[in-house]
Amino acid sequence: MVELSLPKNSRMKVGKIWPKPEGATNVRAFKIYRYDPDAGENPRIDTYYVDLDDCGPMVLDALIKIKTEIDPTLTFRRSCREGICGSCAMNIDGINTLACLYGWDEVSGDVKIYPLPHMPVVKDLIPDLTHFYAQHASIMPWLETKTNRPAKEWRQSIEDRKKLDGLYECVMCASCSTSCPSYWWNGDRYLGPAALLHAYRWIIDSRDEAAGERLDDLEDPFKLYRCHTIMNCTRSCPKGLNPAKAIAELKKMMVERKL
Amino acid sequence: MSFQTDRQRVSGLGSAKDGTHEWIGHRISAIALVPLVILFVVPLALSLGGDFEDVRHVYAHPFNAIVGILFFITVSLHLKHGLQEVIVDYIHGKKKLVLALLANTAFSAILGVTGVFSIAKIAFGG
Repeated sequence: MVELSLPKNSRMKVGKIWPKPEGATNVRAFKIYRYDPDAGENPRIDTYYVDLDDCGPMVLDALIKIKTEIDPTLTFRRSCREGICGSCAMNIDGINTLACLYGWDEVSGDVKIYPLPHMPVVKDLIPDLTHFYAQHASIMPWLETKTNRPAKEWRQSIEDRKKLDGLYECVMCASCSTSCPSYWWNGDRYLGPAALLHAYRWIIDSRDEAAGERLDDLEDPFKLYRCHTIMNCTRSCPKGLNPAKAIAELKKMMVERKL
Repeated sequence: MSFQTDRQRVSGLGSAKDGTHEWIGHRISAIALVPLVILFVVPLALSLGGDFEDVRHVYAHPFNAIVGILFFITVSLHLKHGLQEVIVDYIHGKKKLVLALLANTAFSAILGVTGVFSIAKIAFGG
């Protein structure tokens, strides 16, 4: 749905301002979105002061430091701390990205951290990605074959394998989909850049034998054609991938099979 | 309360197997409008400032009249496709959506037909 202003119970208030660390000279303010579903209160923005001389280089390092040393109730997802698991996606300084790959030195002034936009918030920086994952599952993210299974492996040439570069690296962090206005307005039916990039990845896989069925499933005014090449997806992808190009290729295939 | 699974919610009623036709149409009309706008605007600009007889003289020429008619047909089709995208993006709720799409079709058709009629009227001598 188009919502140009936040609903009443989602409007943010000024939260707690935590004390500055004693004796620190290189201090930066981290303004972080806090929401506790059990408290029955509106979200608030808490301010934490972090001693940068005693902190790792990434925003995730600062978040872990805050959780460990200042406020253990601060809640966020993280796992691999090196851009492989896709858990710590959040909105940092206005950009959806992975906290583990984004240095706090890339932000000038206060570091503002919010959960991924336009998603239901479970708690603090944790969005509910249930629908996003179900959309990914709907594009059948696996090899579909009709030929009898070969005695050994499904073979693929080096050239054909190269076509998957720039696609297979997606870690499903949801930064792209949640930066897309089309996904904000019609995310219930539009599959979003991440799921469409994965759809394209399987369609062009030389071993896959279900390209036609996959394109049939995508040919829909909502599932695919809500993309208007806004390109926020490509701009925000923390892995440097290009979902907008993958979607454009899908549209080209749709035209190609009509001619 | 509904116990639909997330996967069911995503699948909905399945693919409409449609959308490509409109997507191609929008692009073709966009490309066609590049020469048509130029060919339409030049004689129009030349006849500016003249009286009705001057304008009639310009559009009495079959080339100018045909270009003018093609221009209005293409513009109305392009407008219909473009506005339809905006409507589908921003208007939610089946009733409102269907009404808006019908209004869009009517508006674009009236605009196009009025344009074609005007050119024809001038070309055939007012």
